[in-house]
Amino acid sequence: MEPSLASYLALSGILFTIGAAGVIFKRNAIGMFMCIELMLNAVNLTFVAFSRYYADVTGQLFVFMVMSVAAAEAAVGLGIIIAFFRNRESVDVDDASILKN
Amino acid sequence: MATSALFFIFAGLAIACALSMVYHRNPLYSAISLIGVFVSLSCIYVSLAAPFIAAVQILIYAGAIMVLVIFVIMLLNLDEEVALDRLRYLYAVGGGLGLILLIQTFFIFYAVMRAPQQTVDQAETVGKTLSIGQAMFTEYLLPVEIVGVLLLMAIIGGVVMVRRLSQPQLEKLVEEELTRRNEQDEVGDYRISF
Repeated sequence: MEPSLASYLALSGILFTIGAAGVIFKRNAIGMFMCIELMLNAVNLTFVAFSRYYADVTGQLFVFMVMSVAAAEAAVGLGIIIAFFRNRESVDVDDASILKN
Repeated sequence: MATSALFFIFAGLAIACALSMVYHRNPLYSAISLIGVFVSLSCIYVSLAAPFIAAVQILIYAGAIMVLVIFVIMLLNLDEEVALDRLRYLYAVGGGLGLILLIQTFFIFYAVMRAPQQTVDQAETVGKTLSIGQAMFTEYLLPVEIVGVLLLMAIIGGVVMVRRLSQPQLEKLVEEELTRRNEQDEVGDYRISF
């Protein structure tokens, strides 16, 4: 017996919620970045579950696209974090406040 | 039955690792917990008959992206983040928003549960690498090419973002290097013709 589609969706929803709450809880730029990765993974799980239950390959193909976008995001995002650290000696998002004044 | 048991084991592991990622203040502990989430999700993909996605999950997420993240954490030598009292209200905001999101998602699952059950064809070969490759290079060729251009842009963006020199300094350096190479070429030509 296989678990139903709804149980996969429930797991995905819980993981997405943990990721979304983590983005608000964390003040560390790298921590926020990792929470975003967790949210992307939760969405991937939904894609694969639907692909299984509707017997359609498109879902798995778009998981591949999401992974490519996540890799691009990792390269550029970590570049931004390193450039920010070089200027401010910190990765705390509260220190990114030049636009405030 | 075995699939169900495996699903609940790995679902519990994924949720526990995700909670530990948000809970820990040390970024390195968070990163290692996130790798645990990726590995358990990969096991769930195997039980969903998607071996290609499971392999790519380990290769790209656990292998490439998390190595990059841990590399940056080590490079910047980050400390644990300190709790600030003035940001205490953010915990309430985050918890409230998370709760609303969770209620919304469970409402959707309730709707899915009430819909007629989909039956799974066990002999289906949808997750095989062959069918994914066929779809990727016939029907979805344009999105794949767009993703290729996106990755090229990300490479260039990453290089531009982390360079140390300003634009005039960089141009001067490139010019010096080019003249040095030209001089070397002339010396080489002379030796060959002699």
